Amino acid sequence: MSLILDHVNYSYGDDTALAVHALKDVSLVIPDGQFIGLIGHTGSGKSTLVQHLNGLLKPTSGAIYYNGEDIHEKDYDKKKLRSKVGLVFQYPEHQLFEIDVFKDVCFGPKNLGLSQKETELRAYAALKQVGIEDDYFYQSPFDLSGGQKRRVAIAGVLAMKPEILVLDEPTAGLDPKGRDEILDQIAKLREETGITVILVSHSMEDVARYVDRIIVMNRGSVLYDDEPREVFQHYRELEQVGLAAPQVTYIMQALAKKGMKVDTAATTIGEAVGEILKALK
Amino acid sequence: MLRDITLGQYYQTDSVIHKLDPRVKLVATIAFIISLFVVDSWIGYAVAAVFLAIMIKLSKVPFRFMVKGMKAIVMILMITVVFNLFLTPGEPLVTFWKLTITKEGARIAVMMAVRLSFLIVGSSLMTLTTTPNSLTDGMEKLMGPLKYVKVPVHEVAMMMSIALRFIPILLEETDKIMKAQIARGADFESGNLIKKAKAMVPLLVPLFISAFRRANDLAMAMEARCYRGGEHRTKMKPLQYHAADRVAYLVLFLYFSGCVAMRVWL
Repeated sequence: MSLILDHVNYSYGDDTALAVHALKDVSLVIPDGQFIGLIGHTGSGKSTLVQHLNGLLKPTSGAIYYNGEDIHEKDYDKKKLRSKVGLVFQYPEHQLFEIDVFKDVCFGPKNLGLSQKETELRAYAALKQVGIEDDYFYQSPFDLSGGQKRRVAIAGVLAMKPEILVLDEPTAGLDPKGRDEILDQIAKLREETGITVILVSHSMEDVARYVDRIIVMNRGSVLYDDEPREVFQHYRELEQVGLAAPQVTYIMQALAKKGMKVDTAATTIGEAVGEILKALK
Repeated sequence: MLRDITLGQYYQTDSVIHKLDPRVKLVATIAFIISLFVVDSWIGYAVAAVFLAIMIKLSKVPFRFMVKGMKAIVMILMITVVFNLFLTPGEPLVTFWKLTITKEGARIAVMMAVRLSFLIVGSSLMTLTTTPNSLTDGMEKLMGPLKYVKVPVHEVAMMMSIALRFIPILLEETDKIMKAQIARGADFESGNLIKKAKAMVPLLVPLFISAFRRANDLAMAMEARCYRGGEHRTKMKPLQYHAADRVAYLVLFLYFSGCVAMRVWL
């Protein structure tokens, strides 16, 4: 049960003067249950990449396999794929349209042809998963706050019970509190259900705390694909492509330079504190 | 998905035609369209075709972009041709079943087809070589005299440029919302007409909301910068005719008078 990208290339606007080679020879294996951070500068091709994962875009060359089946085979059931690979777009609140929150979340499962009862059960469970209170269920989605709208939209995808959840910049435009709430809920959701999560972001700080693998994109190709601690060792190269390692990395590197015996691979504040205390002993 | 619409799309390159004053291109397009209806001989159409071909060559825009614009009017073109072909009275050429093709009908049908396709190619040449902004600038300047009869020329031009500016934005937005809903299992393609119309709701509601939101934001941004209409407003880059524009007017004048002359003497 995994998703495999095999030498995927994609270019926009092939026949115009402004052809853009958005993905260059991307090969990835996404096994079950991983929490992956997909990171890249604006225009690095991360949004293009995630749209390939559920078959919204067809690679110009290369292939994508889900559970061993080529998703661009003629008789492949794309609708089913889209329920298995749930994609939450950037600013997902812009896709809300129903007259109340509950109905909007029902849209996804209803499209899968589920019974009324199953649809409503799933919608209820999904709204609970993202922490929306019952009081809001029958309000218009347009009356909610920005953070709430976004959670409702995420619930709309969760209600389809995906096996892989892809979130394209789920924290864009939210205040720090809203950002932490969303990220914590995603982490909690993953703990409870064990689904694969791919978190797209341009902020290392955001993802470092949660993920167990980081894929760094630059100009359409994969620059690094490794554990966070390994990726952050390349903090100088990351800076060159317009990204940065978490602040902790910089502190640890600076301390190591000053002669302190600390492991520079610490990625979270907790780890860093432990390392520093150990070195001071 | 929605990237196939070229009517009103600018093709960026560096050419003589691109550099012309938008007023010249506007006048030229109008004159070209009129000339298509002035000439009524095959020689006349040949001259128009040569003129158009030279302009396309000079513009450096690949020909297939013009053809793309044609796709939108294929239906209208077909209907025109069919109606003219079968319903024009005159000397019968071919008869089968109840349908008769007359000599006059064939002539008019071909002429109509030529006229319509030249018209589309000619006007898409203008939009392909002129940015929407300079186009409306040109229009505002050309219609300037109408101000004296209380026509709000500046406001109309501003509305047009905003509308044009919003076309690509809304197309992109449509594409995005469509994809987001497809990711939630929406189906925009299969089903009968009623089902298809119903399937548009999840697309149209968010689209309208976003259009209003953008319009509101834009109005705010304009007011915050003290926009108050055309009165006493100056331009950062006022339109000015250069030597090339005068040459273009001369070429246009020669072409147009040639067309009129052909109509009169041929």
